[in-house]
Amino acid sequence: MTVLLLAEISQGHLVTDHVARALSAVSALGEVDVLIATDQGGADAAAQAAKLRGVRKVLLCEAPCLAHGLAEPVAALVKSVAEGYSHIVAAAATYGKNILPRVAALLDAMVISDVTAIKDGETFERPVYAGNAVQQVVSSDPLKIFTVRTASFQPAPEGGSAPVELVSAPADPNLSTWVEDRIVVTERPELTSAKRVVSGGRGLGSKENFDAIVRLADKIGAAVGASRAAVDLGYAPNDWQVGQTGKIVAPELYVAVGISGAIQHLAGMKDSKIIVAINKDEDAPILKVADYALVGDLFAIVPELSKKL
Amino acid sequence: MKLLVPVKRVVDYNVKIRVNPDGSGVETSNVKMSMNPFDEIALEEAVRMKEKGVASEIVAVSIGTQQAKETLRTALALGADRAILVDATSDPKQDIEPLSVAKILAKIVAEEKPDLVIAGKQAIDNDMNATGQMLAGLLGWGQATFASAIEISGGSATVTREIDGGLQILKVALPAVITTDLRLNEPRYISLPSIMKAKKKPLEEKTLADLGVDLTPRLRIVHTDEPKQRSAGMRVGSVDELIDKLKNEAGVLS
Repeated sequence: MTVLLLAEISQGHLVTDHVARALSAVSALGEVDVLIATDQGGADAAAQAAKLRGVRKVLLCEAPCLAHGLAEPVAALVKSVAEGYSHIVAAAATYGKNILPRVAALLDAMVISDVTAIKDGETFERPVYAGNAVQQVVSSDPLKIFTVRTASFQPAPEGGSAPVELVSAPADPNLSTWVEDRIVVTERPELTSAKRVVSGGRGLGSKENFDAIVRLADKIGAAVGASRAAVDLGYAPNDWQVGQTGKIVAPELYVAVGISGAIQHLAGMKDSKIIVAINKDEDAPILKVADYALVGDLFAIVPELSKKL
Repeated sequence: MKLLVPVKRVVDYNVKIRVNPDGSGVETSNVKMSMNPFDEIALEEAVRMKEKGVASEIVAVSIGTQQAKETLRTALALGADRAILVDATSDPKQDIEPLSVAKILAKIVAEEKPDLVIAGKQAIDNDMNATGQMLAGLLGWGQATFASAIEISGGSATVTREIDGGLQILKVALPAVITTDLRLNEPRYISLPSIMKAKKKPLEEKTLADLGVDLTPRLRIVHTDEPKQRSAGMRVGSVDELIDKLKNEAGVLS
């Protein structure tokens, strides 16, 4: 069996953590080739991917239409190189979730989204109903196409030296054009790969108060997360949302502040190693999954915590 | 401009689902069912386009059992002009795979010739997040997924997408498929007069034989289980105790 891994590219750079995690998820299935689709600067991304242990070769395709990861040209590229592979995989981030179902339709296969465990070459586990149930499915498609949940797998280490091969670009389907990315550049760790995450919820009460979460996160080198309620209320930007329809995280330490713990939120963080809940409500559902719960006024607790750490 | 909005009947967002202990699946009988929340957002967006004069007709389509007619009546009450039920199964437990759904929708698109399909980004039962992208692929149309804003002008849609790290703005030529994210809009409540009016709107039924689509699933569900549960830990009494535990017991802070 041979696996084709579609590498995630963001702002022209390889999202190495996601690629490394997807790689370790599938390495038991067979040899893995990594496909990089970009408009320019692909050599750097390819060199980085080539260093990951377990990569057989890196396929690099550079073409103007592949800029910004538009689904239509990237899917056409994946289809054009698909022959000979038993599995096509990508990390279950917005990049892969946008592109791989389209690839699957082009190749008449059913996509399997958000795989959390790979039992064998055709048997996969994935959460359904916001993580309230786990399904084991067997695919009868000759070519299996799926996305993997990065939080469920460790990143593959460096130490490889795979060759890089150039592949030719598909014709530009010319169906959509990129206008603008509004990406917030931050020094903080990326939410889905951070070892520590501090998240705030409705209990913060305002955007200004949410700064206390950011200060605590910065103090311990954590990424900042938020509940859907906090995002809907405008306390935090949308890409901070942790939960069923936001990011899925599994850090070593997850601190939930002023978050009640709706099932949709728990679906996004319940695989964290240690969960701390800070909440004034004795009955908040988050307390039932927390390793350490501190019941009290977050406006007193969070600054004290920031000061003492 | 004509809009097609696919809607799915799913277990209501607020229901705490129960996994059958024999691994056969999630209990769906005697459970409150509703329109998939993302599809409701898609339909609301379509209705707003019609109210602004951007769209002229909204067709809602659902694929499933006869019970999906309830969902279509809701769609009509929310503002769809007419509805199509594709009677695809008599088994309410059968979840039709996104690939099959996309193939059926492609047939409906060929008949209805909409300028735009607006779909929810995922259904909250199987959480696949695939149908819109698959439909766009089958049709050879452009796609804009996870939309948080849509502007239509001059034969194209400018769509703001929620992506990792922030937002991306794309311009996609029509016809196209757009899938909706949570923050695109807040769907309206249905008024009693609109429910009465919806009863008079046309609801057409089609069979799979009419459409000629093979529904043989590619995935076989072996079993469905409860996820591993976390047990509750301990209450700590102070910030100092919390810091001590995190450093000396859990070892996650130094």
